[in-house]
Amino acid sequence: MLKQTEGSRAVAEAVALCRPEVICAYPISPQTHIVEALGEMVKDGSLAPCEFINVESEFAAMSVAIGASAAGARSYTATASQGLLYMAEAVYNASGLGLPIVMTVANRSIGAPINIWNDHSDALSQRDSGWLQLFAETNQEALDLHIQAFRLAEELSLPVMVCMDGFILTHAYERVDMPTQAQVDAYLPTYEPRQVLDPADPVSIGAMVGPEAFMEVRYLAHAKQLQALERIPAFAAEFRQIFGRDSGGLTHTYRTEDAETIIVAMGSVLGTIKDVVDEMREEGHRIGVLGITLFRPFPIARVREGLQGAKRVVVLEKSMAIGLGGILSTNVRMALSGLHMHGYTVIAGLGGRAITKKSLHGLFREAEQDALESVTFLDLDWNMVNKQLEREKAHRRSGPVAENLLRDVGVVAARNY
Amino acid sequence: MSFQPVKFYQTGTFTVGNRLLPPEERSVQASAKRYNSINSGHRACQGCGEALGARYAIDAAMEAADGQIIAANATGCLEVFSTPYPETSWQIPWIHSLFGNTAAVATGVAAALKVKGKRDVRVVAQGGDGGTTDIGFGCLSGMFERNDDVLYICYDNGGYMNTGVQRSSATPPAARTATTMAVGPEPGNVFGQGKFVPAIAMAHDIPYVATATVADLRDLEAKVSRAMEIRGARYIHILVPCPLGWGTASHDTIRMARLAKETGIFPVFEAEHGEIKSVLTIRRPLPVEEYLRPQKRYAHLFGKNPAVETIAHIQALADRNIRKYRLEARQGSH
Amino acid sequence: MFQVRIHGRGGQGVVTAAEMLSVAAFDEGRHAQAFPSFGSERMGAPVVAFCRISDREIRLREPIMEPDAIIIQDPTLLHQVDVFAGLKQDGYILINTNKTFDQLGLGDMIRDWRQERLCTVPAMELALKHVGRPVPNVPLLGGFAAIAGVLKIESVIKAISERFAGKVAAGNIAAAKEAYAIVIAEMEAARRKENQHA
Repeated sequence: MLKQTEGSRAVAEAVALCRPEVICAYPISPQTHIVEALGEMVKDGSLAPCEFINVESEFAAMSVAIGASAAGARSYTATASQGLLYMAEAVYNASGLGLPIVMTVANRSIGAPINIWNDHSDALSQRDSGWLQLFAETNQEALDLHIQAFRLAEELSLPVMVCMDGFILTHAYERVDMPTQAQVDAYLPTYEPRQVLDPADPVSIGAMVGPEAFMEVRYLAHAKQLQALERIPAFAAEFRQIFGRDSGGLTHTYRTEDAETIIVAMGSVLGTIKDVVDEMREEGHRIGVLGITLFRPFPIARVREGLQGAKRVVVLEKSMAIGLGGILSTNVRMALSGLHMHGYTVIAGLGGRAITKKSLHGLFREAEQDALESVTFLDLDWNMVNKQLEREKAHRRSGPVAENLLRDVGVVAARNY
Repeated sequence: MSFQPVKFYQTGTFTVGNRLLPPEERSVQASAKRYNSINSGHRACQGCGEALGARYAIDAAMEAADGQIIAANATGCLEVFSTPYPETSWQIPWIHSLFGNTAAVATGVAAALKVKGKRDVRVVAQGGDGGTTDIGFGCLSGMFERNDDVLYICYDNGGYMNTGVQRSSATPPAARTATTMAVGPEPGNVFGQGKFVPAIAMAHDIPYVATATVADLRDLEAKVSRAMEIRGARYIHILVPCPLGWGTASHDTIRMARLAKETGIFPVFEAEHGEIKSVLTIRRPLPVEEYLRPQKRYAHLFGKNPAVETIAHIQALADRNIRKYRLEARQGSH
Repeated sequence: MFQVRIHGRGGQGVVTAAEMLSVAAFDEGRHAQAFPSFGSERMGAPVVAFCRISDREIRLREPIMEPDAIIIQDPTLLHQVDVFAGLKQDGYILINTNKTFDQLGLGDMIRDWRQERLCTVPAMELALKHVGRPVPNVPLLGGFAAIAGVLKIESVIKAISERFAGKVAAGNIAAAKEAYAIVIAEMEAARRKENQHA
């Protein structure tokens, strides 16, 4: 059914349709609306049977999900930013134990300085945690990916993280097509765990493993993700059969046929990029887009296939590997090994910095001229940066960086009014 | 002629032959059909108090729940000595996740059982003092506050023994550990303010809190059985001497536990909804020196120049426990 | 695509207003995207929310920098925040006030503006009268339906009844209708005036 609703609400309703049995909640922006909505559904009885547990930290949230999943319950939680880092030890543990937990990450930056706005630093910090990571472009895709995530997680016995841009998607009201319970039931069978804590058939889960088998256990985690790579397209195809639309999968290309320049990105910024690409195409530019839906496992072969005809690749990402450049771009480079083409990393939108069509037009034109630096920071205020660098050169006790910059911005802003 | 009752047990040991008791009062471990939840062949040290305590506690819980127990286990000695690949001593469904999240994992298991309507299957969480009073304390408090249907058992040996005897918040004052060495003007652990988690558990007003030692295993079993009669968050804190960490003889584990109780160093009691309901009384309180002297972790207190003041300080703490928990036996009781 | 920016203060239902606009547009079978300015603003702090309305799928995710219309829920913001930033030439302005643009000190700014695109509604008074609470957002939506011709008042009323129930819904609908009528009358007066000048 078509409805106009908030992204968080849409995701909550989709999760509810998946019949979760244990939901753990700990508040952190911008994820809160999702668990609030689910909590209400459990309390008013519309989502039953389900246990909704208000825990005392994100670390506990993931830990409760671990216990519940190991005891055979379909388990769900949501978090963001500092919350994801606070639960990091349990995040790795959940995948190490092979527990099919589904978690929404409402992508938000990581401090310090504290910042509640969107970028991909949080989810990408957990890229090697052994979780599958899916990135939604729209709220429709976000809700669809949650339904696929439970299916994927349980078939593979691996946890799945569904990443959606904080605020930009979670707090946006837009049109979504909400599936029916019958559709979801047809797609998502009852959870049949590979391992379960059961007095009738006792097992030890989480035993210590020494050097004699640890490598093998780790390799199996990798092998399982590679299996996921093969099976995800089939899950997406089945999804299309039942729900009648394309969602999920590995990557999505847009106007890449004959494209000389291809922009690679993840998440909601793909929409803005596509609008820019349409406008540039009208002017005759040969430019296209490769959107990455599945970040872990990373679809190396598909990315290579999607990019190999191009002259240059611009990876525009909302994350950075400090001291190196990009995270997404480093992964994309792995896929381009041996291909001769220009590669550019563009760091954009950190901490909620708006990525505008105007900036993208300029950026893509520069890229077409091969006039970009190998690592570019989109819309970076160099005055602000240089002022601080000079300050640090001039004074030993130059003070807290963030405070200095805010003071600089404040002075500028005050002059405008 | 007046009747003189004669007690079965021998004075001073509190042991009693199981065969002299009616069957319903016999120890779980006395039964040939005991559960052996932690099977023999594990890798604990000789004289390990934790292995002993866990064996009695989990088997008693199994008995009470008719074999329907799932256990969550913190990282630590108990986890390491019972499950190195490819072996496991656990005859029950058992999960180890992390060091600091055991109470939360148990909450998750309990939630799953509830949602699946498996009311007969009960959940026990267990960890050492480090996993309980330090790193796992947040999750423990959360589980208490929500009153989740979990029995949490802390095996307190007063330090991080698994990593090589470092100080925890349960390490007693003046004790030597690898991070509170017996050097300098104030050797051993600081006196601090103490962190007695059973009292903190009581402050959560949870339905059941008890302490026990491996010196009185019948009492330990009885407390586990009592705890299993109750739903909601329950906490049992068991003093389990560690021959390695304490520097005591392997055959002295039970004696050390008894001395801890008989000196007042470790109060043994039972509380419901924040109120103490019973205590194991001390007939003739022993001086703390009798408890301290056999332990190498306190060796720096004795020797040529005994640390008289420090010993007096520890004695004062023990005396305060006796007053606070009313441990001294009054006339006519034991 | 028609883009609306709403300015107000925390507690005045700014975000709700944008969301309801999007719902009204959706009810007309159109695509709409509403989103807040994503701050951690507290009660009373300046707040901005946005709404895009289009006949095609909306993919754009940038904030609205060049709006077609601006709704100002709190006139005290006029000289604090650059509420008109980027407003398209002859864009629509709807202000919650019982004063005129001249009285608000905006005379210079709007001298060459098309007069029928400059509207005021005493939305706070309408809200107090019909709903009993000083929340101006919903009456302003009624006014918005009158100015831009982007949405029908019936769609706004439907969106109100989807969001609220019972007395609150009825009160808000009455307030929105009255605001609609006020703005229609204002616009007609302005057009007559312009025609006289012409």
